[in-house]
Amino acid sequence: MWITSILLSLFLAATIILGVSMGSTGSNIKQTLLSLSGIEKADAMLETIIWQIRLPRVFLATLVGAALSLGGLVFQALLRNPLAEPYILGISSGSGIGAIIGILMGLSPFPGVSVAAFGGSMATLLLLLFMTTGKTMLKKDILLLSGVMVNAFCAAFIMFLISITQDDRLHNIIFWLMGDLSMADLPQIWLLSAVVIPLAVLIFCLSNTMNLFLMGKELAQTMGVNTKVITAILLIATSIMVSATVASCGPIGFVGLVIPHLLRLIIGPDHRVLVPACMLGGGAYVVLCDILARTLPEQGEMPAGVITAMIGAPLFIILLKKSGS
Amino acid sequence: MKPSILATSLHAAYGPLSVLQDVSFSVSKGDFFIVIGPNGSGKTTLLKILSAINPFQSGKLEIAGIPLKKYSRKSLAKIMALVPQTVPEDLPFTVRELILMARSPRMGLLGLEGDHDIQKADEAMAFTGVEPLADRKMDQLSGGERQRAFIARAICQEPQIILLDEPTAALDLAHQVRVMDLMERLRTEKGLTIVMVSHDINLAAMYATFLMLLKKGRIIKMGLPSEVLTFKTLEEAYECPLLVDESPLGNFQRVTLVPKKFINSELQAMAQKDRG
Repeated sequence: MWITSILLSLFLAATIILGVSMGSTGSNIKQTLLSLSGIEKADAMLETIIWQIRLPRVFLATLVGAALSLGGLVFQALLRNPLAEPYILGISSGSGIGAIIGILMGLSPFPGVSVAAFGGSMATLLLLLFMTTGKTMLKKDILLLSGVMVNAFCAAFIMFLISITQDDRLHNIIFWLMGDLSMADLPQIWLLSAVVIPLAVLIFCLSNTMNLFLMGKELAQTMGVNTKVITAILLIATSIMVSATVASCGPIGFVGLVIPHLLRLIIGPDHRVLVPACMLGGGAYVVLCDILARTLPEQGEMPAGVITAMIGAPLFIILLKKSGS
Repeated sequence: MKPSILATSLHAAYGPLSVLQDVSFSVSKGDFFIVIGPNGSGKTTLLKILSAINPFQSGKLEIAGIPLKKYSRKSLAKIMALVPQTVPEDLPFTVRELILMARSPRMGLLGLEGDHDIQKADEAMAFTGVEPLADRKMDQLSGGERQRAFIARAICQEPQIILLDEPTAALDLAHQVRVMDLMERLRTEKGLTIVMVSHDINLAAMYATFLMLLKKGRIIKMGLPSEVLTFKTLEEAYECPLLVDESPLGNFQRVTLVPKKFINSELQAMAQKDRG
């Protein structure tokens, strides 16, 4: 457990340094390290770029990657379904509706649209909890099916909102839906950390319980797990964490699906190791993808979500094939 | 001394469908208590009620002298362990990891095992003879090996009572005896109480210290195997042609199924006599 965590921490640290060093204005690792450590100040412009633009962006990418991977891991364990990912229960489309309504009302990106997005996903979560309260909560397929239905409904509603929007707000909506890390600023990051970190600690404390969930809920009950309460805690904690992430940068796809599977293939099924590993590995992965998204295109940049899937899918297939043979 | 399990007129139902009616029994410490009965008799439901997976509608149920409802899941897990009939076949854990999980009710907030937990897991593996399998993945085991791993897991939980749901149903002859002998040793060497649901009447006849025959949620007969396993009772419960005689191994009954082609006048005369 410790070895994996230390190795992944080092990897994350390396990607963060790389992420701060590289950008469209050129890259200089040595200069960046000196500036970050405060030994030698770079010229004023680079100093501003490092501290005001790249560092917040890299931190946002780390937080987003960590939260989404952890979200995927929890939902895969909770729903006992390998296709589960952090958005499967409709949380992202719920916040999409919130965000679009915010944009249509002409709110500012932060906090306006973010608050609207968070409100949207919380409304979705409440709807989902209302639909599955009582005994049915214990039947995993009820939760999964309810979530998928909520998701489908919200997705259709988003399409409806898009189809009736015509002016330049349409561009803002599409941009938001693609997921974007470039809006990062420090207050937003503090706020997101204040949500993500305590919830991640809570989930880590339940990581052994998630192992027991894999044996089926009945057997988990005979091993001292109050499955009803734990399911509710995990569902709510994860949903809030993912909602906060989506609210701050839109729905970045694929991370939450591929990183837990990738790490499970490499380090095994023990959630006590997987929880920290997913946070560190997911963080590093999104930072790396964001570096590529910023530096690959000759002009401008592409959404990080495009890169996460374009690299992640082939990588995952290769590992899957290797583990099978 | 307080009985391990004391049930007084238990009633259970799934919606309007009654599955247990007026079931009362008492299991003493160190008993080998076996529940038999045809399919749909409520055996598995009873086991799920005992392990607090399913609720019951009325009646009283005490485990080690304390009402079941007063237990938290954790405190119940410390005195009672379940060996389920079916387990997920795609469990990604090794045998050792599976067995160590049984320590969860006794582990701290982070669920990290200590040296004592590892020692208990080693003991459970030694007791059940699964040590050579310790680092094998659960999904690579045969049915018999998997069953033994789950029994080791139950032992590692350090319970006073072990509940088993048809543990021999999918096993070959050698493994059946092996599982039953393990339970017998747990009972005699460690003083554990064994509660087992089984379809195998002959194994039940040889191992049970107390036998309960259920049908359609009601107790048909309860007592020593020799009292329960009579032709009359079994025919009433199972509604099929049977032959009950003495086992060549000793002073207990042997039950033989009689397929249609073997039924003759001699057997019919015997049956008529036994019906009284």
